Amino acid sequence: MSGSAILLQFLNGLAGASSLFLLAAGLSLIFGVTRIVNFAHGSLYMLGMYLAVWLSESVGFWPSALTAALAVAALGAAIEMSLLRRLYPVPELLQLLATFALVLIARDFALWAWGPEDLLGPRAPGLEDAVEIAGGRFPEYDLFLIVVGPLVLAALHLLLTRTRWGILVRAATQDRDMAGALGVNQKWLFTEVFALGALLAGLGGALSVPREPANLTIDLSVLSDAFVVVVVGGLGSIPGAFLAALLIAEVKAFAIGLGFSKATLVVEFIVMAAVLVLRPWGLLGREAAPLRGPAALEPPLALPSRNVLRALLALAAALALVPLLSRGYALVLLSDVLVFALFAVSLHFITGPGGMLSFGHAAYFGLGAYGAGLLLLRAGAPMEAALVLAPLAAGIGALAFGWFCVRLSGVYLAMLTLAFAQIVWSVAFQWDAFTGGSNGLIGVWPSAWLASRTAYYYLTLGACLAGIAILWRVLYSPFGYALRASRDSPLRAGAIGIDVRAQQWAAFTLAGLAAGIAGALYAFSKGSISPETLSVPRSVDALVMVLLGGIQTLTGPAWGAALFTWLQDSASREFDYWRAVLGAVILALVLALPGGVGGLLGGRSTR
Amino acid sequence: MSLLEVRDLSKSYGGVQAVRGVSFDLDAGERVAMIGPNGAGKTTCFNMLNGQIAPDAGSIALGGRPLAGLPPRKVWRLGVGRTFQITATFGSMTVRENVQLALLSHHGRLGSLWPLASDAHVEEAEALLERAGVKELAARACAVLAYGDLKRVELAIALANRPRLLLMDEPTAGMAPSERGDLMRLAAELAREARTAVLFTEHDMDVVFEHADRVLVLDRGELIARGSPGELRADPRVREGYLGDA
Ligand SMILES: Nc1ncnc2c1ncn2[C@@H]1O[C@H](COP(=O)(O)OP(=O)(O)O)[C@@H](O)[C@H]1O
Ligand SMILES: [Mg+2]
Repeated sequence: MSGSAILLQFLNGLAGASSLFLLAAGLSLIFGVTRIVNFAHGSLYMLGMYLAVWLSESVGFWPSALTAALAVAALGAAIEMSLLRRLYPVPELLQLLATFALVLIARDFALWAWGPEDLLGPRAPGLEDAVEIAGGRFPEYDLFLIVVGPLVLAALHLLLTRTRWGILVRAATQDRDMAGALGVNQKWLFTEVFALGALLAGLGGALSVPREPANLTIDLSVLSDAFVVVVVGGLGSIPGAFLAALLIAEVKAFAIGLGFSKATLVVEFIVMAAVLVLRPWGLLGREAAPLRGPAALEPPLALPSRNVLRALLALAAALALVPLLSRGYALVLLSDVLVFALFAVSLHFITGPGGMLSFGHAAYFGLGAYGAGLLLLRAGAPMEAALVLAPLAAGIGALAFGWFCVRLSGVYLAMLTLAFAQIVWSVAFQWDAFTGGSNGLIGVWPSAWLASRTAYYYLTLGACLAGIAILWRVLYSPFGYALRASRDSPLRAGAIGIDVRAQQWAAFTLAGLAAGIAGALYAFSKGSISPETLSVPRSVDALVMVLLGGIQTLTGPAWGAALFTWLQDSASREFDYWRAVLGAVILALVLALPGGVGGLLGGRSTR
Repeated sequence: MSLLEVRDLSKSYGGVQAVRGVSFDLDAGERVAMIGPNGAGKTTCFNMLNGQIAPDAGSIALGGRPLAGLPPRKVWRLGVGRTFQITATFGSMTVRENVQLALLSHHGRLGSLWPLASDAHVEEAEALLERAGVKELAARACAVLAYGDLKRVELAIALANRPRLLLMDEPTAGMAPSERGDLMRLAAELAREARTAVLFTEHDMDVVFEHADRVLVLDRGELIARGSPGELRADPRVREGYLGDA
């Protein structure tokens, strides 16, 4: 690269950093005061984009950008008042899930309002041209963006240090009780902070309109970028977010400039990994306070009674008899139920007893599915070998990502798992030549002897039940106890010789392996794989299954998977906007039934 | 050579010098009380002794082996058991399971994926619970126990690896006076029979004077006095601070 190309690439990175910073700063502000990680932050950004494009047709770009940002701020205030206020006391898994429900609703809303096609935005009037810099041409609008980031940083700094309101925000960030003592009306402070965060997200989205088209997948891709920025910069630190946005955006710009545009995510990942190894709480972050465990009041894990064991065996036998009664759609649906039951049980393994919130478990399901497809189609492996080896690919992925994940806990961990899953998704989505890109892989069929519906059903039944039984059984072993111990009290666990991280790492890997088995079985049962198989919404599906069944129960997640799969199957045929319906169901569940359906049915951990 | 040799241990938090230049020795079979007002740095000392936090300066040696810088799990493997001022147990497990897990760890069986943990080392666990006086609570979940009972459960856990050094941070807090005596008699038994060195913090001076062989007095992070209970009773600084007859 010549000197001028380097300079241009550097400027390009600075321009990209601005909207990333706006997004991450809002996320950090909201987290600092409300202690909620707003998973819908990327959706606010996306809505800002769509609104800006839409409004610009009538009022022109600049007014539309401002109006869009203000509209998103108003929406943020409305969300805070109607929903978040009820969420402050609930466990954080439920908070995260509720904000994710908003992601689903916002995406279906955008789909309904603006359709599935990308919306190209206008150029910014007055800044349409390019200027000559070091012999190259650089867009004027990007120069403008370069200025926006530091301006917003300065404005936020002044707001937080020089105004009474800002001092209250900082007080609330540091110590909520103290803020209460200062006579802060916390209710409104929270609303205002959320609106400000939403404003920044909406503005970030609106200002990115001249650079890229509005589209429906931008919500999660910017969200995971923002998570990376926040994890690297330190959650709650606004200067940290600025530094990290610069770092990440520059790394991206140079990766593209050097011709590795496909590898940007990998490079981003390496940077994040390096920072986390050296500074686990981010560049300018402070060690996160220990979090309320979701399982504070979880009852001891008793061995199942003889009757429960008999009932489970009877259920297995009944499932084995189904092909005698029906070889039709019921078998297809039941296969799905079994696969997702194993998937949900593997997630429960780390999230419940392991205490690790994962918002990216679909990555391992997807690695199993893609592993199977790729081994079959690209490596020419026999189907049986692909089925056996693919879960290992998932296990290796979990081993690699897990190493970083277990260094964090609580919401940090949740953000990191989501970011990793998004990276895996992007690779699958972008690498057309290898993974088939957005079309995915087709022709992933089982060998002849497994080709009949019945034969494949028996394979699925055997593998899934065995997988579930093993995971459950392991929870009763010393390994499982040490895992729960690491969740209950890392302090005590360390003081009796338990290597908490190693324990969690091993569990994470085991769960990834099990999810990979589910994924590989799924691939061969469908014959095709699309990137959706490992998308973040798929990860959330699994969380909903676990929650639906009750996270504090042992068998609940399997029932949750059955109920969810059946509901999804019926609902997705009835409604176009079934994701939004799912979002509404999640919200209802979180607000009305935080113990899960399993809890409602009286399902205790002994069942 | 003493069992435990602590030299010039220091730790500060930001501007607060929590512990400064603390040195002392502990022999096998000795019971030593560390006393001092709240905030004197007792818990910080304990945290450095078992690897919970790394000292800023100073050295710790157990049986001649340097401990400073090792994580708690490694310190535990060398034979250091501890109880916490704010109790730390596994809330979702029964009292017996808490002790069984410590025993599984002691016997190097944490990695095994198949045997039932609830069947492991049952008798040994019961014996430890009996010793700590919580046998009748064995099947209760730790999450629902009273503070004083949790303290005893912690003691049973701490004894699972037959420690050479037992650290007890305010072991008798939340107990009635008669229970305090029982607990300290247990400590005496351990010191006598298993030659365990027992270091404990305690606010009740009756307990200290009756059950400690030696006393270390900590104030604002520094050791300001040390000696036998009898010697300290006569020390004016200690009288002033602790015996309420300034
Ligand atoms: N994690 C910490 N962060 C900041 N200051 C601490 C921390 N732990 C202890 N301190 C301070 O160190 C001093 C000693 O505390 P501690 O060791 O708990 O005393 P003690 O156990 O004798 O009551 C106190 O001033 C306390 O406020
Ligand atoms: Mg203390």
